[in-house]
Amino acid sequence: KIERSERERGRKMGIRFILMVNKQGQTRLAQYYEWLTLEERRALEGEIVRKCLARNDQQQCSFVEHRNYKIVYRRYASLFFMVGVDDDENELAILEFIHLLVETMDKHFGNVCELDIMFHLEKAHFMLEEMVMNGCIVETSKANILSPIQLMDKAH
Amino acid sequence: MNPFSSSTRLRDMIRSIRACKTAAEERGVVRKECADIRASINENDPHDRHRNLAKLMFIHMLGYPTHFGQMECLKLIASPGFPEKRIGYLGLMLLLDERQEVLMLVTNSLKQDLNHTNQYVVGLALCALGNICSAEMARDLAPEVERLIQFRDPNIRKKAALCSTRIVRKVPDLAENFINAASSLLKEKHHGVLITGVQLCYELCTINDEALEFFRKKCTEGLIKTLRDITNSAYQPEYDVAGITDPFLHIRLLKLLRVLGHGDADASDLMTDILAQVATKTESNKNAGNAVLYECVETIMAIEDTSSLRVLAINILGRFLSNRDNNIRYVALNMLMKAIAFDDQAVQRHRVTILECVKDPDASIRKRALELVSLLVNENNVKQLTKELIDYLEISDEDFKEDLSAKICSIVEKFSPEKIWYIDQMLKVLSEAGKFVKDDVWHALIVVISNASELHGYTVRALYKAVLTYSEQETLVRVAIWCIGEYGDLLVNNVGMLGIEDPITVTECDAVDVVEDAITRHNSDMTTKAMALVALLKLSSRCPSISERIKDVILKQKGSLLLEMQQRAIEFNSIVERHKNIRWSSLVERMPVLDEATFNVRRAGSLPASVSTMAKPSVSIPNGVAAAPLVDLLDLDSDDILAAPSSSSGADFLQDLLGVDLGSSSAQSGATPTPKAGTDLLLDILSIGTPSPAQNSTSAIDLLSTADMNNNSSTALDTLSSSAPPHIATTASAGGMFDLLDGLSPSPSKEATNGPAYPPIVAYESSSLKIEFTFSKPTGNPQTTNVEATFINISPNTFTDFVFQAAVPKFLQLHLDPASSNALPANGGKVTQNLRVTNSQHGKKSLVMRMRIGYKVNGKDVLEEGQINNFPRGL
Repeated sequence: KIERSERERGRKMGIRFILMVNKQGQTRLAQYYEWLTLEERRALEGEIVRKCLARNDQQQCSFVEHRNYKIVYRRYASLFFMVGVDDDENELAILEFIHLLVETMDKHFGNVCELDIMFHLEKAHFMLEEMVMNGCIVETSKANILSPIQLMDKAH
Repeated sequence: MNPFSSSTRLRDMIRSIRACKTAAEERGVVRKECADIRASINENDPHDRHRNLAKLMFIHMLGYPTHFGQMECLKLIASPGFPEKRIGYLGLMLLLDERQEVLMLVTNSLKQDLNHTNQYVVGLALCALGNICSAEMARDLAPEVERLIQFRDPNIRKKAALCSTRIVRKVPDLAENFINAASSLLKEKHHGVLITGVQLCYELCTINDEALEFFRKKCTEGLIKTLRDITNSAYQPEYDVAGITDPFLHIRLLKLLRVLGHGDADASDLMTDILAQVATKTESNKNAGNAVLYECVETIMAIEDTSSLRVLAINILGRFLSNRDNNIRYVALNMLMKAIAFDDQAVQRHRVTILECVKDPDASIRKRALELVSLLVNENNVKQLTKELIDYLEISDEDFKEDLSAKICSIVEKFSPEKIWYIDQMLKVLSEAGKFVKDDVWHALIVVISNASELHGYTVRALYKAVLTYSEQETLVRVAIWCIGEYGDLLVNNVGMLGIEDPITVTECDAVDVVEDAITRHNSDMTTKAMALVALLKLSSRCPSISERIKDVILKQKGSLLLEMQQRAIEFNSIVERHKNIRWSSLVERMPVLDEATFNVRRAGSLPASVSTMAKPSVSIPNGVAAAPLVDLLDLDSDDILAAPSSSSGADFLQDLLGVDLGSSSAQSGATPTPKAGTDLLLDILSIGTPSPAQNSTSAIDLLSTADMNNNSSTALDTLSSSAPPHIATTASAGGMFDLLDGLSPSPSKEATNGPAYPPIVAYESSSLKIEFTFSKPTGNPQTTNVEATFINISPNTFTDFVFQAAVPKFLQLHLDPASSNALPANGGKVTQNLRVTNSQHGKKSLVMRMRIGYKVNGKDVLEEGQINNFPRGL
């Protein structure tokens, strides 16, 4: 029994990181749900970006296996949304999640673009906070996600 | 005041970073900003804090260190205003590392905020806790979180639920406290609460067996009803995705049902209907629907046998596989791998489609498909599948060849029906992708060739033909020159023609051409060149008519920049030149059949330096000319690449390739009156043409130590007769060899007379603990020492959680067996643990070890460290 709980402690956690990267491969938002050192992050981001950006063909699927991650990515205009998940996560659902994230940001920023995220990095993070906690989805309703953020905007 | 909208300076910073043309420029801007932020932190003005932190977050995202801002996060969290807290918590989650002392400081603030009257503050604290909490924090704050699961506002309840998943993951003991709260969440209507509640239940089920039982009994029906309700629910604009109501919740529910149904027939029965409904009614023309279907299929395959459902699931996967959308095909391939486990036949039906996917332009699809194909192979379809894959290998992308060839090789090795087929397929792979093939694969091929005596002629001719066309494939070249060296005469004389072969005419010169080509090609690596040199030596005896030409080729290597090549070239040259008579002796004889079993054991990696292999080079002295250079050559690089186990095992194996040969040739020589010639030869070799005396002496010592260890093994063999037969055969000659070297070496080793016994030592002693080491050597393997460590508790307290750790320098390899126990009773309680140390510099360096011992006395951790320098010499 002890052995079992040991095994489960190292268990999968769903979403392990979310990246937003522009066409030039520059990171515009990075949120990790597991601990990596700065060097590891830089290396990982570099590798993933290189791999995903090389797959420019429309026909290619949205999943890339890298190290022990599976990267689900999708491009919206000049911005790549990349989500690193565990091996046994539902890839199609993550793809749907990325779309939900983009729709939510669209609703807030009005057709979100790279600059919106750069200059409102904290807002983008607050939105993510409302959507994902500890690698799991918290909320799927755009109204519910945005209401605390809009409330704060009104307060100021 | 909002720090961001008003903070022009943050905007300025972002603008100036954006304006940077080069990375160096960016670094400059960031350095300057960081300096400003530090200065501002030192001034300790609360109004600048949020702006500083916002900047730091941006800088952190760019990948620069920001640790100096960590304390600012804590100050912001402790401040009363919501905006400050909000940015403080965000900074905490982004910037903080897992250094406990900093995290501990925040525990108190978190506790206060979890009890705050403003629910948004509570939400912030929950979110932060859910993302970063450590085990200690989890213990401290679990009661607060537990209470918040019942909070009136659903937005707090959902966050508390996810926060709990983190807490129970960090401290599984707390799981029981959350079971009731979690089950109450399953009755909620709010989607956010429901999805997080389901997640919490899932987490509890995987951590705690009682929880699993509880939810299975009490909640399965409720969950099925919830799933049915959302599946059948009317259009809800807020949650609708392409006609499906909240696919995320669908998927979470299906995941939880999977855990509940797995291993329980009753629960599985209950969910059959709803799964069938989801599988048949879900729209599959949009991604959201497919995501749900995909999850449903996985659940159907995981729960207990309901065969009609499984047919449904396999059909869905079949549809997925023929979908034009690559995403759908990818997940189909992924899932079919799991489906093989229960319905191989159904998956086999899709074999053709799957094979097509191996050839897909999309690398992700190819990779998945290749994995799947390798699972589909069996004795019946191996020939057809291998042919398809090899055909594709010829035209596949360069970067896919490595994966593809590795898979083909493993398939061929595993399922090959006959040797000739195996050899044929391997030759094809080596020809197409030889530069990607790993060492152990071509080593294995050589072992198989060596064992297939009736195919020697066929193989060497096939290799000869192949290498003419594919001379750039390094491993093909290696196998080819090895075979030409061994079986060159069969090549030239067309011995052992098979019916299927086209006769070819190869002159001796042609054969030498191939080898010469390999040795002179600029991109051949050292192993290849060394192998070519040995092959030339062997050819010189097989084909005496061209020995003059061979001599020329060897002589050219005297100018090689590689010292080893240079030296061997000189040695080999003198053998060819001066000892024509002995060329016919055992020196360059064909290798006897290599032992497949030994090789496979070694390849499996269970014995990195197995007993039998290490003894062999010692036996190999009559032929040491051939063995020593290769061993040396390989040693040279294997030292540098200890990290890569495959290549070092390759070195081992090559040692062995030659070693095996030498072992039995010396056994032969023991039976015939040749040993005299052998010793003469050896003396010659050691005296002739070695440019540096230093090297000469080291090689003498090497030989000596090997002879010495051989002596040990012979004494051990008296008592231990279960050892491999070659050993027994060799001991007779070993004695003679020892004598010979004894006379030759400047300092006869003393250990040899001591025999294999080493005195036990007290490795470590403190006021509470004593460690004793006793030593033994495995038969015939002088590099390895078995150490039995005895830990003795000399204190009046019992030690628990006892852990012994040891570290050794690079030239040693250490293997620790589990200890006999992890508790030492007071006053003389003992625990033993076996260690195995392999000394790659045996005879030159002594053992040395650093160790650390951890244990608990009365619940307190104790750590002791020490270095052991008093190992007996010569281990």
